Amino acid sequence: MPDPVVAIIGAGQAGFQAAASLRDTGYAGRVVLIGDEPVLPYQRPPLSKSYLAGRSGVDDLWLRPTEFYAKQQIDLVYGDPVTAIDRRQRRLHLASGIEFSWDHLVLATGAACRPLAVPGAELDGVLTLRTLADADGLRQRLNETSEVVVVGAGFIGLEFAAVALARGSAVHIVEVTRRPMGRVVSEAVSRFFTEAHIGWGAEVALGTGVTRILGAGGRVTGVETADGRHIPADLVLICIGVIPNARLASDAGLAVDDGVVVDEYLVTSDPAISAIGDCANFPTPFAPGRVRLESVQNAIDQGRCVADRLAGRPVPYQKVPWFWSDQGDLKLQIAGITIGHDTSVLRGDPADRNFSVFCFRGGRLIGVESVNRTADHVIARRLLAGDPALSPEQAADESYDLRAHARRLPGR
Amino acid sequence: MPKVTYVHPNGAREVLDVPLGTSVMRAAIVNGVDGIVAECGGEMMCATCHVYVEPDQLDRTPPQSDDEKAMLEFTASERKPNSRLSCQLVATPELDGLVVYLPETQV
Repeated sequence: MPDPVVAIIGAGQAGFQAAASLRDTGYAGRVVLIGDEPVLPYQRPPLSKSYLAGRSGVDDLWLRPTEFYAKQQIDLVYGDPVTAIDRRQRRLHLASGIEFSWDHLVLATGAACRPLAVPGAELDGVLTLRTLADADGLRQRLNETSEVVVVGAGFIGLEFAAVALARGSAVHIVEVTRRPMGRVVSEAVSRFFTEAHIGWGAEVALGTGVTRILGAGGRVTGVETADGRHIPADLVLICIGVIPNARLASDAGLAVDDGVVVDEYLVTSDPAISAIGDCANFPTPFAPGRVRLESVQNAIDQGRCVADRLAGRPVPYQKVPWFWSDQGDLKLQIAGITIGHDTSVLRGDPADRNFSVFCFRGGRLIGVESVNRTADHVIARRLLAGDPALSPEQAADESYDLRAHARRLPGR
Repeated sequence: MPKVTYVHPNGAREVLDVPLGTSVMRAAIVNGVDGIVAECGGEMMCATCHVYVEPDQLDRTPPQSDDEKAMLEFTASERKPNSRLSCQLVATPELDGLVVYLPETQV
């Protein structure tokens, strides 16, 4: 009998991790890792941070060197998108015409930037930031840019804005909601970062969208906002979130609903197919319903979870989510999922640029957002690994020893 | 170029030339030294590039930031007085000859 084959579609952080962890667990079958980008698997977070700012080079991005894949007997195929999944024959078809058979398939297809459907979106100088190629293009353009409009004030938009501001560009941030990063952070942290960007020199327009992108001779010259303003720009970054890459899954008849639907073991509606990372929509004890998370932590821990299951050690996926964002001299660290909190308390003072927001729902701690305050973040991850048993009063009291509190909890 | 010796838990040693400005973590990743995982890529969000520095060389290493001290609470192997995150050990001439011991596990 031929060796069993695990094929992994997507060679980003999650796909890479699944492949590497399969070998770590001693999995003896064949592992095929297929990426659509024409480069080795790499880290995405620096693309909007140190790499964009020119503080790190491309060699700092590779998750592992070329030799790693041969040494680990991981068949890495890159620059060759999968075009179809044949579930009946258990085969994959790639754009180049290559086919692979599989016994278990892992979807780690990631997500793509959500397009802004307005006139002018096709103009030269209207860009997105997701891939290494995107970041290289932006790095080049930033040298020739004096006026930047950032459409969408999420992590990527604000990280990009911070880099552009530090390079001396004029930056205008346009956000359709009233709350920058509102999908992921509390009002206090949102307000703090908005004010920080204004302090660094950004113009921030909230509660208004971009209705048209203006151009001349095929090049972008500015944007028009819903409230009638014209903002000049020679570079417009569209960063209004992502759409999970679930087309292959839906074409193959798998359940899809804001991503590929999986159970607590990260198995899709076909037991021979798993989904992990940005494309996976999964149930979690850290939120009332299902979630889809776009983070390094989630990609790594889900890659590992699937590898453990395929190696015969199934464990439900219940890792504490964590995230980070670097903007200027501010490091934001989030543990847990804070959206949907009904109470929040401050620990520390935002005026000191060193504080945390502890978020509660129904009296229970559900997440902590820390700014330049790693010690709180570390404790929060530990607290959230079980019942935190922490009251808002304790969280807000800086003389209350959180570390000692965490130590008293079972298993932490 | 500073030489750094990585000692595996079984005693096996690997010696790398680490370019100035490159971290002990990154050099291990680039050269395929097993035992350094570096999940977060050097952002000090994890503790999976944990090493033990040869105790009598500790005074040659750069001081620990508060962030590093905090993150060292997450090491999978025991934290000791000579525990460091290797992403924070950036090669300088003073680090030539550094010896770091890899822990049993990083995750």
